[in-house]
Amino acid sequence: MPTVAPLDLEGHVAGVAFLGDVPFFAESSGLIHRLDHGHKTVEAHGGLLSCVRDDATDTLLTGGEDGKVLRVALDGTTTEIASVPRKWISQVAAGPQGAVGYAYGKTAHVRLADGTVKDFAEERTVEGIAFAPKGMRIALARYNGVSLHWVAMAGQPTELEWKGAHTGVTFSPDGRFVVTTMQENALHGWKLDTKPGAETRHMRMTGYPAKVKSTSWSAKGKWLASSGAPAAIVWPFHAKDGPMGKAPLELGTRANMMVTQVSCHPIEEIAAIGYADGMILVVRFADSKEVLLRRPGKGAITAMAWNRNGRQLAFGSEAGDCGVIDIAG
Amino acid sequence: MTEASKAKPIPVTVLTGYLGAGKTTLLNRILSENHGRKYAVIVNEFGEIGIDNDLIVESDEEIYEMNNGCVCCTVRGDLIRVVEGLMRRPGRFDGIIVETTGLADPVPVAQTFFMDDDVRAKTELDAVVALVDAKHLPLRLKDSREAEDQIAFADVVLLNKTDLVTPEELAKVEATVRVINPSARIHRTERSEIDLTKVLDQGAFNLERALENDPHFLDQDDHDHDHECGPDCNHDHHHHDHDHHDHDHHHDHAPSPIHDVTVQSVSLRGGEMNPDRFFPWIQKITQTEGPNILRLKGIIAFKGDEERYVVQGVHMIIEGDHQRPWKDGEKRESRLVFIGRELDREKLERTFKACEAAPAEAAAH
Repeated sequence: MPTVAPLDLEGHVAGVAFLGDVPFFAESSGLIHRLDHGHKTVEAHGGLLSCVRDDATDTLLTGGEDGKVLRVALDGTTTEIASVPRKWISQVAAGPQGAVGYAYGKTAHVRLADGTVKDFAEERTVEGIAFAPKGMRIALARYNGVSLHWVAMAGQPTELEWKGAHTGVTFSPDGRFVVTTMQENALHGWKLDTKPGAETRHMRMTGYPAKVKSTSWSAKGKWLASSGAPAAIVWPFHAKDGPMGKAPLELGTRANMMVTQVSCHPIEEIAAIGYADGMILVVRFADSKEVLLRRPGKGAITAMAWNRNGRQLAFGSEAGDCGVIDIAG
Repeated sequence: MTEASKAKPIPVTVLTGYLGAGKTTLLNRILSENHGRKYAVIVNEFGEIGIDNDLIVESDEEIYEMNNGCVCCTVRGDLIRVVEGLMRRPGRFDGIIVETTGLADPVPVAQTFFMDDDVRAKTELDAVVALVDAKHLPLRLKDSREAEDQIAFADVVLLNKTDLVTPEELAKVEATVRVINPSARIHRTERSEIDLTKVLDQGAFNLERALENDPHFLDQDDHDHDHECGPDCNHDHHHHDHDHHDHDHHHDHAPSPIHDVTVQSVSLRGGEMNPDRFFPWIQKITQTEGPNILRLKGIIAFKGDEERYVVQGVHMIIEGDHQRPWKDGEKRESRLVFIGRELDREKLERTFKACEAAPAEAAAH
């Protein structure tokens, strides 16, 4: 039986992650909590907007309303990566070899491990950043599409166009696809491994009743799970052309409760699904079998993360009721 | 539903006005006066706001066209992002103020609060407040459509810098504002000095509350608003003398003495309506005329319905709901005001009338 170790915080939780085996909970207030032989807290930001785990260095990267980009280590120490007074840093991304991406306004920046900073200007606001799984390349989500830039080379970016506002971006783990979340209730995807000069292959993933706020690639990138419906919508990406012409799986369907967060397991083809009422299920893709991990709580699930071996799931909500679920019990 | 999602929506005030009309002065007042409330302010540039405040957020105005093929369905993408960020910690403030640049179109700002589900779930558009420079308005109307749109769209107009004009000029400017927007509340101010309770927390965009606060709202007489003067016009325009500074009601308006007004309003008045005709009619009008309609507001009496029905819209978006039961002795009539451009008055009047319930139909409802 799964067991839940609760952690009650004050307010909205913007991100959770494991560093080593220590769960971290980043509150929107700017406090970062960790459960490391007791509850420990660091006051990192005056308002925290973004929080991602940097797999390469086993640290957290955070951006704040205070204009700061910070790296947070396992012991809670923070290192300032950038400081831009008066700007909200709502986008941070972790790259290879200690590279950090962040954006405010119409420019994205990549700070390399040696301290040099590269700037990438767009015509419209940069709303999402993702590093490609291989090579030092970034994707920037913007109005009417995505721009792909090589970090080290000055040159024209590859522009992936699709009309509308793109609010977030992710590469498939094998680097063959780029997928964006949109202002409208849809995901949009591009196939990158087409032959030079061949027609761009678009993937329109629509039919959601709400905006998609959370996406997660399954182990080896065979599936992409997403929120935005009263079920987790899981698109198949194992075929050559991705989900084109294929129906998605609908997992953990509930009558009237929206999925707000999805997090695929690091090893198995299962996903944790968090709902607007705070409930969490884990569901297996192969047979849609569901296991209840947490009963409804005080608020919508806003963040979830598995530890490396996939035995523990940390979660946070908009009301601050957090915890760690041990699925083995 | 969860506790967090049941929270009362945060009121949002939108401040519009041409460069130099006094927005920054008003903002400074709101941020510095001791009114016991805290506001988060979204500005285009920190510029001259001399007050350091954690809750001032800089944001580049960014228009999104929605992918539904409708050119007037635009929202402000930056507001969606900033409001979402602010609303993660709602305990910090009592309201949000959005300052727009002088040339901004107020429509996408307002539509954001109707068209984006996340913003709509947590906030509520309280009022659009336009600052108007009494001295320079005639000039502004000559060179910019935005100045006119801002007035047309407002719920509250601050006719500012009244100390810089003569009483005659002021009366003319006020009459012009009234022609562009017959239903806004107009307040005369100097140096943006105003009792903030007349600007903030108005509930003006919520038609039901606007009607509670101001029972005479929409009660104007049916003057001909788009009176056209020929180039040699020298006839005596009638101006009312206002001997008080706050015009909470607005029964008076004269044709504009200024020839650069392209916005007009059409006030319709009718008897009890047949809902089976009225709803298809208003749907059709807003679908076909949506780009020309800036605002529409109305109170509708339906045959056989014991409650007043209120309706309001922005371009193609319309919302309506029952407000309250008709009072004993209250005249059951329907009133509807369109503010926009190139409105076909004759057609609107005729087709509105055609939605009236015939006496013989009463039995059917």
